[in-house]
Amino acid sequence: MPQQRRDPAILEAWQDPDARPFLEIQNVTKVFEGGTYAVDDVSLRIYKGEFFSLLGASGCGKSTLLRMLAGLERCTQGRILIEGQDITRMPPYERPVNMMFQSYALFPHMSVEQNVAFGLKQERLSGREIRSRVSEMLELVHMSEYARRRPDQLSGGQRQRVALARSLAKHPKLLLLDEPLGALDRKLRERTQFELVNIQERVGTTFIMVTHDQEEAMTMSSRLAVMDAGRILQVGTPSEIYEYPASRFVAGFIGAVNLFEGRVVTAEEDRVVIQSDDTPGEIVMYHAHPLAIGTPVTVALRPEKLRVMDEPPSDDRNWIQGTVREIGYLGDVSIYHVGTDRNRTVQVQVTNRARRTAGPLTWDDSVFLGWDTDAGVVLTA
Amino acid sequence: MTGRRSFWLFTALAFGYAFLYLPIVTLIVYSFNDSRLVTVWGGFSTRWYAELFRNEQILSALWLSVRIAAMTATLAVILGTLAALTLVRFTHFRTRMLFAGMVAAPLVMPEVILGLSALLMFVTLEQAIGWPPGRGMTTITIAHVTFTSAFVAVIVQSRLSQLDVNLEEAAMDLGARPWKVFFVIILPIISPALIAGWLLGFTLSMDDLVIASFVSGPGATTLPMVVYSSVRLGVSPQVNALATLIVVVVATGVIIAGWLLHRQARRAGR
Repeated sequence: MPQQRRDPAILEAWQDPDARPFLEIQNVTKVFEGGTYAVDDVSLRIYKGEFFSLLGASGCGKSTLLRMLAGLERCTQGRILIEGQDITRMPPYERPVNMMFQSYALFPHMSVEQNVAFGLKQERLSGREIRSRVSEMLELVHMSEYARRRPDQLSGGQRQRVALARSLAKHPKLLLLDEPLGALDRKLRERTQFELVNIQERVGTTFIMVTHDQEEAMTMSSRLAVMDAGRILQVGTPSEIYEYPASRFVAGFIGAVNLFEGRVVTAEEDRVVIQSDDTPGEIVMYHAHPLAIGTPVTVALRPEKLRVMDEPPSDDRNWIQGTVREIGYLGDVSIYHVGTDRNRTVQVQVTNRARRTAGPLTWDDSVFLGWDTDAGVVLTA
Repeated sequence: MTGRRSFWLFTALAFGYAFLYLPIVTLIVYSFNDSRLVTVWGGFSTRWYAELFRNEQILSALWLSVRIAAMTATLAVILGTLAALTLVRFTHFRTRMLFAGMVAAPLVMPEVILGLSALLMFVTLEQAIGWPPGRGMTTITIAHVTFTSAFVAVIVQSRLSQLDVNLEEAAMDLGARPWKVFFVIILPIISPALIAGWLLGFTLSMDDLVIASFVSGPGATTLPMVVYSSVRLGVSPQVNALATLIVVVVATGVIIAGWLLHRQARRAGR
């Protein structure tokens, strides 16, 4: 998986209250004809050099937001600023922004070279300048030997590279990517993830990517925003969103999660004790903010944070009992679906440390599962 | 069983083709007839072709028809493309349905009605504003443009609706202004449809007898009108020769137009 090595100064830009955002989206709303809110009062601050992802299911408004950044869609309300300059009403052909389309949108009547040169020609650069930039771009995406081909003579992966080269050729301040890997098959997609991140690091352009694939967003982004129904639910680094989801929706959207409903019975300074119908004993979790007694809460636990045990813990806290119903062997890990005696199904992920044909657990085994007080989060939304 | 069926299929096919093409084949064969009598075979000869090319009346009619057809096709491509663009790109304007219907109406309207209404309009216009002065080449061209642009609009519309909107957006995103997008991106991509539309418009205009008869005036006699009147006076074998030439030209035009459309459909399908 590609992991971004980053300049620490960039990494912390969003935590620094004095840092000037590169792109500011202020209360942007898009209402389509018929009154549907595609994007509903979205505000975001994105910093220079970030690889930012908008993540959400189809129809959540992420593509509309991206198209508003490109100028292809008008904002009903709100403002968009790049380096302090208001570009809300600027037509697409004047914005210092370029976009890579999901369908790639390569011009079918032009060669690869001409496609990449198109944007540069609009800037009226000299012929020599254009040629050198085109070859630089084609080299960047390893497509130099295909310069004279036409788009219909290229494979999907090659077209994707040409589209990327074309959108980067003008050295935009901001590059928008609409599902850039959506049309590639799985193997190629994983390889291209690496490349895209590498290219972004090399050119240093701020990238905003739209994707519905949470794995893609997690592995490639410096930060990501989870969207649903035109609103942003949470913004954060991949690990923040994964480990500290703000709501049940975000917890369920990113990765697998087990949710236990309950009520707060005791609130201590940094811990809460929760009574749940889903577990035989009480649940004790760390929680930074104090919660009132009786507050309905949801405990979110990732499958890999659960532990398989031979017997219930002595303190009768943070455990659950069940029977193995299904086993998913994935090679490196196995996923067990455990049916509890309280009619719930809990997912547990176990790393396959030893090589063996059958895992330590098999169907219909009775198991005890436990977890630590810092293994999950307590959600109130 | 299959043998029988294929025999019947073959016979039906042969009858079908004979029904469609036997008259034309007869015409072509008799254009090489040496005899002055159209229905009596008098040996092979190309003398009627030679005579045809000495016939001033037919040649000037041919030249007039070609000029009208070229003008018609060009204007029809411009108007038809504009109509098609409006229909495909502007999906939300109030009278869109009405406009779409009116663009397509000439396709199904009887030619007699088109010709008569065009004639009435020209007469009224001349009385009201003095233009067009009389009837002739101009009026025939205008009348031809009205019905051929409908055909062009249909052809271009089908091509445009297959065009990825993202292509235009990408061009704008890369810094091209809307007019430039139209000329550098849209026009080259739909050019096969434009050429096909032009050829079809040219052919339709060359073929037309009914509308031209209504709206032409003294001194403006198109080729089909000459053919028709000479047939009524008694068929000269020259007309056979002329008809053969027209069939060849029209067939070539239609085949090229069809080939272009086919190629573009195959490209779009990929």
